[in-house]
Amino acid sequence: MQLKTALLLLSLAAPAAAGVTDVTLDNGLRVIVKEDHRAPVAVSQLWYKAGSMDEFNGTTGVAHVLEHTMFKGTEKVPEGEFSKRIAAAGGRENAFTNRDQTVYFQQLQKDRLAVAFELEADRMAKLQLKDESFAKEIQVVMEERRLRTEDNPQSVLYEQLMSVAYQAHPYRRPVIGWMDDLQSMTAKDARDWYARWYAPNNATLVVAGDVNPQDVVALAKQTFGPLAGKPLPPRKPQEEPAQRGEKRITVKAPAKQPYLLMAYHAPRLRDAEQDTMPWAMQVLAGVLSGNDSARLGKRLVKEQRIAVDAGASYDGIGRGPGMFYLEGTPSKGKTAAELEAALKAEIQRIQQGGVSEAELNRVKAQVIAGDVYQRDSVFYQAMQLGELATLGLPLDLLEKRVDKLKAVTAEQVQAAAKLLTGDKLSVASLDPQPISGQQPRPTLEGMNHVR
Amino acid sequence: MFAKRLLAPLVILLLALPAWAGVAIQHWTTPQGTRVYFVENHDIPMLDVAVDFPAGSRFDTAGKSGLAALTHGMLDQGAGGLSDVLIAQRLADVGAVLGGVFDQDRAGVSLRSLSSARERDAAFGVLAAVLHQPEFPQAVMQRERARMLAQLRDEEANPGEIAEKAFYQALYGNQGYGLPVSGTARGLGGLKRGDLQAWYKARYRAGDAVISIIGDLRRAEAEQLALRLASGLPQGAAAAAPAPAKPMPLGQKRIAYPSSQSHVLMGEIGMARNDPDYFALYVGNHVLGGGGFDSRILEEVRQKRGYAYSAYSYFIPMAQPGPLLIGLQTKNAQAEDALKVARDTVAGFVAGGPSEAELAQAKNNLVGGFPLRIDSNKKILDYLRAIGFYRLPLTYLDDWVGAVQGVTLEQIKDAFQRRVNPEGMSVVIVGGNAG
Repeated sequence: MQLKTALLLLSLAAPAAAGVTDVTLDNGLRVIVKEDHRAPVAVSQLWYKAGSMDEFNGTTGVAHVLEHTMFKGTEKVPEGEFSKRIAAAGGRENAFTNRDQTVYFQQLQKDRLAVAFELEADRMAKLQLKDESFAKEIQVVMEERRLRTEDNPQSVLYEQLMSVAYQAHPYRRPVIGWMDDLQSMTAKDARDWYARWYAPNNATLVVAGDVNPQDVVALAKQTFGPLAGKPLPPRKPQEEPAQRGEKRITVKAPAKQPYLLMAYHAPRLRDAEQDTMPWAMQVLAGVLSGNDSARLGKRLVKEQRIAVDAGASYDGIGRGPGMFYLEGTPSKGKTAAELEAALKAEIQRIQQGGVSEAELNRVKAQVIAGDVYQRDSVFYQAMQLGELATLGLPLDLLEKRVDKLKAVTAEQVQAAAKLLTGDKLSVASLDPQPISGQQPRPTLEGMNHVR
Repeated sequence: MFAKRLLAPLVILLLALPAWAGVAIQHWTTPQGTRVYFVENHDIPMLDVAVDFPAGSRFDTAGKSGLAALTHGMLDQGAGGLSDVLIAQRLADVGAVLGGVFDQDRAGVSLRSLSSARERDAAFGVLAAVLHQPEFPQAVMQRERARMLAQLRDEEANPGEIAEKAFYQALYGNQGYGLPVSGTARGLGGLKRGDLQAWYKARYRAGDAVISIIGDLRRAEAEQLALRLASGLPQGAAAAAPAPAKPMPLGQKRIAYPSSQSHVLMGEIGMARNDPDYFALYVGNHVLGGGGFDSRILEEVRQKRGYAYSAYSYFIPMAQPGPLLIGLQTKNAQAEDALKVARDTVAGFVAGGPSEAELAQAKNNLVGGFPLRIDSNKKILDYLRAIGFYRLPLTYLDDWVGAVQGVTLEQIKDAFQRRVNPEGMSVVIVGGNAG
């Protein structure tokens, strides 16, 4: 890197977590660098705090559509050139959108980071989205929706369950958007989204790998520094009103066996220092299905054979509300209702009888080992930092997280289980429809309205 | 405002020769004939071990389709006096993760563990039990068979899976690579416990096994581990592999499915892992359909026409010649149009080969991206497993960049014209009405 002269300016760089540099440029761009010198490579991830939860009805899916069209060119970099230049530099690149954010990333040899920074900085402010380019790309996005959602019964089930479990919060809308919104989306919708959210002060640049943090920050200043920040629209809290009793839906789709998905509203992590319940919830999920000997697999799959698969998961680290999930596929001859009763009985057992020290220690052993294993992936380390930054959580949580989980007691896990009550529950059941001898069904966009 | 100036360094970067440290692979063979591949790396206090056998689904017969998969799946469901639950508990207690790889060629078991003595020793003990003394308990076998049948039902309700199975069957018929990896309901239904025991004894042999190890242990410890694992396996080597199937006649198959998209697969028998044309076909296919947004198929199908989210071509090199697979998914009404675009793209590429610029772009990406292929223990382990299992040269990773750089336009054109017949491709379309 030919940037040594710029280094004098960088005394602001302060360590935030072990081996992590965390700097905010004058224009508001936050730059986080994690050193890992095991291989001569680096990953660059640009996190925009703009996900589907920031969308409005009528233009659902626009965050993700914009992500697709971010590759459609600028004045300096014609359509198709972004990917070509990264590829020519030996890089891999892609992007993803979820409820909370949109992320663009490149993986390269360490000395080629400048290629990625220059391209990202250019399209942060200079995207030129032509109507013709948009018209083709929206077709691609609709094909993506058909592939991932319309023709996938479990995805449809999840989508429909979320739209019921959440009454007000925007998590009720699918990230990819409703088909009808995609069909009537315009290039202007995408351009408006871009104008609203794409700015250095709404972004975090995370770099991990075999790099010198000061060089990276200097390069970031050189490339992103000249971009101007801009006022961001206020974000409304949109808190979810309390649920007042169980909700239940059935989804009919071509399938060969039933499937059950249950979602309980659950606390989310807000205060990294004070909160204990989110960590207890995570351990609870581990006790239920964190390993092959955990309760749901052991009792429902191996012993009672009510299910061929059963699992629990907790999603409590996000910008929006938390949720605790139970899911499973009933064994042949068993019904979704029987599986639901068995899953509820397992929760009840913990509510009444708690968990054993052996179970607790088993989950903690996995947390400790998992913390070591994750060091094998530079990309994953960058992902975690980007997520914490976008959520406004302290970066040292990356390490403290292990201590927080280790500190969870059996009583706290039992208390977490007690929060999973019927009044906070939404249940979705897949009702399999025959596959053969049937005419192609109409596309699902109709169904979404019908609900 | 600044891009013109900043884009200049790109040119310089491309001229600079990439620099990387090679992977130092240590190799030896145990007295039992087990080949061992080891990379010592103390950066992270963990280790990975994998043991692979030529015991994949291609060794099944149509009548017992699923025997190979069920045997593999049962290895850790009761072994060495430990129940399925106890095995899982012992691993979880030390944070170890037991994994499996199962495909047409290969049945493998992998272990990731912390390298500290207590954790490591406990994990090794479970791994040895699973490899040496699987018990295939009758009741557990019934359960696991039922779970595999449930998985088959899910696959029957997935148009992509239906298409893939039909594609392999169209190319290879009802044997070898044509048999479904997870078996058939009929094949699984007839299996007895004795079948699994016999299969294990016949196919999980020390003389065929490949052990791959990477991570925080020393050579002497790795030797000890390999010896322990190899000596407890059934000894000797399995009987010779079945002869490759005769190519099937050209197939065209339309399968009705109540889906909004059609899954379109097209292809023919391609190449084996040790094929002399490997690099010419691999680099050429990067231009045709393997290089993502740099490839012609994605450009024509997605970028120019918006027909599909995903469109690709891949050679799937295996022990015996695997397929060249070209695939896309598009809404039912335009399936024929999209298929024609993919066909024309393949035909145009075979006739004319890549341009100079396309080849240079592909090489820049592959050569410049080489360090990303070996930037984690997990990725290096996968290379060790492939080098060992497919008997690739020990210098495979050292030679890789040179081999890619050495491929010429003429070699690609020649290899594609000899090996790929655009008129000779089988086609499977799943979705909509069978037309």
